[in-house]
Amino acid sequence: MVAQPLLRVVRCGGSRLSGARAAFSADAKYLFCASGDYVKVYSTATEECVHILQGHTNLVTGIQLNPQNHMQLYSCSLDGTIKLWDFTDGILIKTFVVGYKLFAFYTLAGSEDSVFIIIPKKNKEASGSAGQDIRWNWMFTGSAGHDLLHWNQSSTDSFQLVSVKLPKIADQEVEAKELSLILDDIGQSPKCTAFGREGEYMASVFDLHLLVYFFKKKKVNRFSLSATSTKGANNNFTCVACHPKEDCIASGHEDGKIRLWRNFNHKREYTFSTLHWHHDVVMDLTFSVEGTSLLSGGVESVLVQWRDGSDCKKEFLPRLGSTIEHISASPDGTFYCTCHTENKITIIHSNLRVSAVIQGLVKGSDVKTGLVVDPRTKALVLNGKPGHLQFYCLQTDKQLYNLDIVQQEYIHQVGLNQIDLVKAAFSAQGSWLATVEQREGKETELELQMKLWNYDEQTQSFTLNTRINMPHESHVTALCFRDTDELKDETLMLVTASKDGRFKVWVLVDDSDAEKPSMGWSCDFVGSYHKYPASNCCFSEDGSLLAVSFEKTVTVWDSDTWDLKCTFCHPPGKIQNLCFGRLSCSKYLLGTTSSGFLCCWNLLSCAMEWSAQLNITVLQPDPLSENIVAVSWLSEGSDLFVFKPNEPRPLCIQRNVCRGRVQWAVFIPREVPESVGSEKHQWLSRSQLYFLTETQDLMTFSTKSTEERLTPSSKQLAVEESLTMTPFYLLLGKHRHQQQSKENADLGTAVVQNHLAQHSPAVKELLHTPAHVLPSASFLCSIFINSMLISKENKSAEEVAGEVEMDSEKAEDESDEDVEFTEMEPDTNPTEILGETTPKLSKSQEKELRKIRRMDYSWITAL
Amino acid sequence: MASYKPVVVQSFPKLGEKITQDTLYWKNYKTPVQIKEFGAVNKIDFSPIPPHNYAVTASSRIHIYGRYSQEPIKTFSRFKDAAYCATYRDDGKLLVAGSEEGIVRLFDISGRAALRQFDGHTKAVHVVDFLSDKYRIFSGADDYTSKLWDIPSATEIVSYSEHTDYVRCGYTSKLNTDLFVTGSYDHTVKVFDARREKSVMTVEHGQPVESVLLFPSGGLLVSAGGRYVKVWDILKGGQLLVSLKNHHKTVTCLCLSSSGQRLLSGSLDRHVKIYSTASYKVVHSFDFAASILSLALAPEDETIVVGMTNGVLNVRHRKHEESKERFPKKKRPAYRTFVKGRNYMPKQEDFFVSKPVRRHLKKYDKLLKSFQVSKALDAVLEVPNRGRTPEITVAVMQELNRRGTLKNALAGRDEKQLNVLLAFLIRYVVEPRFAPMLIKVAEMIIDIYLPVVGQSAIIDKQFLKLQEIIEKEIDYQAELLEVLGMMDALFATMTRKKATSLENKSNGILRALEQATSN
Repeated sequence: MVAQPLLRVVRCGGSRLSGARAAFSADAKYLFCASGDYVKVYSTATEECVHILQGHTNLVTGIQLNPQNHMQLYSCSLDGTIKLWDFTDGILIKTFVVGYKLFAFYTLAGSEDSVFIIIPKKNKEASGSAGQDIRWNWMFTGSAGHDLLHWNQSSTDSFQLVSVKLPKIADQEVEAKELSLILDDIGQSPKCTAFGREGEYMASVFDLHLLVYFFKKKKVNRFSLSATSTKGANNNFTCVACHPKEDCIASGHEDGKIRLWRNFNHKREYTFSTLHWHHDVVMDLTFSVEGTSLLSGGVESVLVQWRDGSDCKKEFLPRLGSTIEHISASPDGTFYCTCHTENKITIIHSNLRVSAVIQGLVKGSDVKTGLVVDPRTKALVLNGKPGHLQFYCLQTDKQLYNLDIVQQEYIHQVGLNQIDLVKAAFSAQGSWLATVEQREGKETELELQMKLWNYDEQTQSFTLNTRINMPHESHVTALCFRDTDELKDETLMLVTASKDGRFKVWVLVDDSDAEKPSMGWSCDFVGSYHKYPASNCCFSEDGSLLAVSFEKTVTVWDSDTWDLKCTFCHPPGKIQNLCFGRLSCSKYLLGTTSSGFLCCWNLLSCAMEWSAQLNITVLQPDPLSENIVAVSWLSEGSDLFVFKPNEPRPLCIQRNVCRGRVQWAVFIPREVPESVGSEKHQWLSRSQLYFLTETQDLMTFSTKSTEERLTPSSKQLAVEESLTMTPFYLLLGKHRHQQQSKENADLGTAVVQNHLAQHSPAVKELLHTPAHVLPSASFLCSIFINSMLISKENKSAEEVAGEVEMDSEKAEDESDEDVEFTEMEPDTNPTEILGETTPKLSKSQEKELRKIRRMDYSWITAL
Repeated sequence: MASYKPVVVQSFPKLGEKITQDTLYWKNYKTPVQIKEFGAVNKIDFSPIPPHNYAVTASSRIHIYGRYSQEPIKTFSRFKDAAYCATYRDDGKLLVAGSEEGIVRLFDISGRAALRQFDGHTKAVHVVDFLSDKYRIFSGADDYTSKLWDIPSATEIVSYSEHTDYVRCGYTSKLNTDLFVTGSYDHTVKVFDARREKSVMTVEHGQPVESVLLFPSGGLLVSAGGRYVKVWDILKGGQLLVSLKNHHKTVTCLCLSSSGQRLLSGSLDRHVKIYSTASYKVVHSFDFAASILSLALAPEDETIVVGMTNGVLNVRHRKHEESKERFPKKKRPAYRTFVKGRNYMPKQEDFFVSKPVRRHLKKYDKLLKSFQVSKALDAVLEVPNRGRTPEITVAVMQELNRRGTLKNALAGRDEKQLNVLLAFLIRYVVEPRFAPMLIKVAEMIIDIYLPVVGQSAIIDKQFLKLQEIIEKEIDYQAELLEVLGMMDALFATMTRKKATSLENKSNGILRALEQATSN
C-alpha cells in the first residue's frame, strides 16, 4: 500500500452555477457557465454536463466565446488569469497571466488581439509581484465630475476598465502585461458595462451616471439622473445593454424602470424613453441578436420580452422559480438563458418556451430542516426552493426532484413574510414523511402547519395524507418517528416537541368509512414536564424509550404506557443535542449542554457514565455502527470527534475541518462498504459523513488522494457508450461474454489478449483524442504498432483464435449453402472437428448466426 | 416552469358519526309521510303478499293502507272498544285482531264483517297471531292466559295459564307449526309447543316483557322489556346471549330487517335503534317526534312504518335511483362531438403538435393570478359563494393576507360592498374554524373604516351587531373556561396514577441487556 492516506475534507454538491452570465456556443449546442473555479459545458439539448474545464484557482468571473474562433472560449477569473479553452474537447489551450483580480471580461469582434477587463483601481489589489512593470497608457481619465464619483470611494473600492493586448506567442502560459486604461471609476459588476454596435462605443453605468465612451473620437459623454424624484423613484443604475444594430442603450434601474437612450452622441439633445413593468430592481438586460427585442428580468422571476422598445408590446414568461440574475442570448438567436439565484439555469426557446433546466444543489440562506437522508433513495434531503424539499443524489451530484410542501403560489416580493419549511423527518422505511412549516411575522401570530406525506408506489412520489393546523402553540423544535419495522404490526408513531412545553405523540389511525378507506394521523398523547419548553426528542433504537429534553432536564418515557421513567439533569446549561447509542451501546444516552459539556448517561444505572467539556454544536450517530460524531466549535475552527459511547476516548479526532461553525451533519450509508486502509478511518467504511458549514457549503471526507477522485468524472466521454445496439454488437457481446466465462484456458486467454490489445492506453489515446491535438503521425506510429503486436508467449494462442475465427466463417458459408441440413451437420461429422481440438461452434451459436443472417441489414446502408 | 398553483381550500374533518354502509342504507329514505290516526297506534302489520298493504291498529279501528296511499283502502270498525294487534295470515287473505272486550275476531280482507269470533278470554286480548299451519290462532290476554283456537270450528283447542301477569306479546315460529312464544308482564318469556300441555321453556327477562321475536332460523329469541333488549339462544336451553341497553326508556317494539342482518327496536324514548345481528352494536338510529309503540318494515325494507303514542303514523319509503331520472334531462352534445378527431390514427409521416392541456381555474384564482386582489375578494363574497362555502372565502382571505395585500383588498369599498363583507363577518366570526382569520379581517376593517363611521346607518347597525356578537362570544368563552377549571379540579382528585411494576413491564432495552449479560 501507499503511505498512510490522509483524511481530506472535500467540497461536494457543486458550486453556484449563476456566478456569471452564461454563454452559448455559436451553434447554440453548448452552454457554458461558471461554477466556482470551473467552467462547465452543458449540452443545451440534453441538459447533461459534457465537460468541466478545470484550471482556474479562484472564482471564474467571466466567459466569452473567442470572436475569432468559435470553437474556443475565453474565461477570466479572480486568480488574475485569462484562459483560452477548446470546449469541444475540454482542453486548455493557453493561459494569459494578467496579475490583477479580474472582475469582468469583454471581447470584441473588431479588435483582434486585445480584450477588455475590469480590474480594481488600487495597485495594492494586484495579486503577486507582477504588477510593477506594467506600462500605463493613460488614454483617458475621467476629469469631469471626478469628484462626484469619489464620494463613496472610502466605502467601496473603485474599478477601472482596461484593455489588454493578448500576445501571440505559442507558449502555453503567456504574460499579458500590456494594459491600457479606457475608463476609470466604473462599476465592478460585468452587467454595468456593455459594448455597442460593432465596438464603436461602450456604455458603463455607476450609481446615477451613464458614461458613453466613443472609441474613435476618444470622447466620453456623461449623463446623470437626479437621485430622487417626487414619486419615490430610485434612479440608481443596475445594468446596461447596448443594441447590436442601432445606436441605442438600455439601462435598468433600482425602481424597476428600464430606460432606452438614443441620440447619446450629443451631450444635450439626447433622448430616452422609459419602460416600466418591474416593481423591483431590474437585475439584467439583454438585447436579442437582431436587436428586435429586449429581455429583462428581476426579483419577480418573470422574463419580460419587450418588442421594438415599446411599452405595450411585451410578452412574459412567468414563474421561472427565483430571482433572475443573468440573461444571455445565443448567437444564432434560437435560445435565451436565465441564471437564477437558486442555482438554476433555464434555457428558453426564443418563442418563450422553457426548453431545458439545469439545476444544481439549491443553497438557500438557511437550511432549517437540517440534513436528512431519504431511506428509500439514500438521497440527501434539505430545504430547496422556498417551500420545497429537495432530494439530492450525492453519488451523481444531481438533484433528483423537488417536493412541493407548501403548495402555494410563491409571491416574489422583497420583504414578504414567506412560509418556511422548518422541519422534516422520514420514517424508518421511508414510507412516511413529516414536515413542519411555519410563517412568522413581527405583528402576525405564528402560523404552524404539520403535514404527513405517504409514499405512493404507483406515482413514485409523496402524496399528502394529513394536514394538521397548529400542532403546537409555539415553535416545533424537534420531530422524530419511532424507528420500528413497518412490516411488523406496530403502529407508526411520530413525536413532536415544542417550545410551548409539550411533546405530542401522533399515531396513524384508520378512519375509513363506507365511501373510501383512509388512514390519518391523530394525537395520541400529550406530555409535559413542569411546563419547561421541550427542545429535543429522540427514540431509542428499538423504539421502547423516548427521551425528551426540557431545558436543563432530560426525561425518559416508556413509549408503551407513556410513563415518565426517569430524568437526567446536568446543571448549568440547557440541553442542545440528544441521542441514544446504537447496537451494543444502546444503553447509553448522550446529550450536549449549552455550558459546553458532552454527557453520557447509563440507562441501566440511571447515572452519568462520563462527561467531557467540549463546545459541541452537532451530535450525530451513525445508523450502521456504534460510532457517534461530535463537532465542536471554538472561535477559530471546528473540530470533529468520533467516539463510541461506551468509552470516553475518541476513535478519531480531526482538527479544523472547516473555519466556521458546522451547522448540520449526517451519515449517509454507502451502497458498497468502502475499504479504508487506516484503522483510524474505519468509521468511514460503511457510511459517509456529510456536513454543512455556516457558509452553506456541503462538505464530506475522503480518504482517497486527489488524483484518484478526479479520474472518473473528467475525460470520459468514451465512444463505446454511444455505440448503437446493432445485431453484430449483440452477437459479439454475447459471444465474448460466454467465452470469458468458460474455463477453456487457451481460448479464454486469446480473447482476453485481444481484449487487452484494444484497451491498451496507446490505442485508446490514438482513437479517442481529437486529431488536431495529437502529435505527428510518424511519432505515434511506432507506439501504435507496438501496442497492436502480441507478445511472444501468447502467440500460439492467438493463432488458435485465428483458426477458430476462420472455422466459424466456414461454418457460416456452409450454412449459407444448405440451410435445411445444417441442423444435422454437427452430428454427421463431429470427429473431424473434434480432432482439431478447437472448439466448434455449438448448435445454439449456429442458430444464433443463422438468425443474424436473416435479420434486416438495412441499417448498414444508412452508415 | 411551474404553473400557477391555485389557492388551497382547507377541508375540515367532519365531526360526529362516521359514514358507514349502514348509515348510507338507512338514510336512503324519502322524507316521511305523516298520517294521523284516532289513537295510539299499537300494531302495524305488512301483508306478506304484494302489493304489501299494511294493517294499522289504532283505537277501535283497523285501517288498511296501500303502499303510497295516505287514505286507508279499507277500514274495519266493528269494535266496541279498542282493537289490538291486527295481524295478516301468511297468504294475506285473512286478518285476525284482539280487542279490549276479550273477543278475538277473524276477518276476510275483502269482506267487512267478521268471519269468526272466538270468545273465551275474560279480559282484553292484546296479542293474536296465526300459527304457521294457517289453521290455528293463538291469543294472549290480560287474564294471564294464552289460548289456541281452531279456525274452521271456531273452538278453543288448549288454554295455557302459566303466566302470572298480563300476556302482552307473542310470536309464532315460522319453521315449526306448533311452536309459539309469549311474553308477559310477569318478567318471563315462555315457549309453548301446541302438542304439549305445558310450556317447554321459560326465560327470565327481568322486566315486564313488551315484545318478543324469533329469528327466522328459530334458534334465537329476542325479548324486549324495560330498557333492555335481550337475545337468548333457544338451542342452548335459553341461555342469555347478549343484553343490549341502548334506550333510556322502555323498549316497546322489535322488528327484523328483511335480510335478517339487522334488528330494529323502538322505544318510548322516541328512538328507533338498528343493531347488527352479528356484533349487536348500534349501527344507526332514527329519531321521531313522539314515543314509539309499534314498528314495521316492509319486505325488502321498502318502507318503514312507525306508530306513535300521539296517534301519528310515520311512513318512510325507500328512495330509488329512477326517481332521479324523472327530472328533465339536459340536452347534451352527441357522443360524436367528443370523439371528433380523437379516433384518427396518426400516419408515420405525420407531424405531431401536442396541444397543452388547459387547466380550469376558479374565478378567484384567475383574479389572484393577475393580482387583482379586490376583485378576487369580491368574487368570493358573491351571493352564491358566500352562503354555502365560507371556507373558500376564508381561504382567499388567508391567501391575500399571505401576499400582504389583504388591507388593499378590504379598503376602498362602498356602502353596499362593505355591508356584504360585514354580513359575512357577523355570520362566521365566532365559528372556531374561521375565527383566527376573520378576527384579523374585522380588526383591519375597523382600522380602515373608523374615519367614516357615522356616515351610513346600515353600516353602523352592522358594526353594532358585530360588537354584540363578539361580546356574547367572550362571555361564552369565559363561562367555558370556568367549567373547564371545575372539571380539571374534579379530574385531578379522581385520577390516581396506577403503579406499574417494573418487573412485568421491563422495556426492550432492559430485556436485551439482561440477555446479553446472562450469556
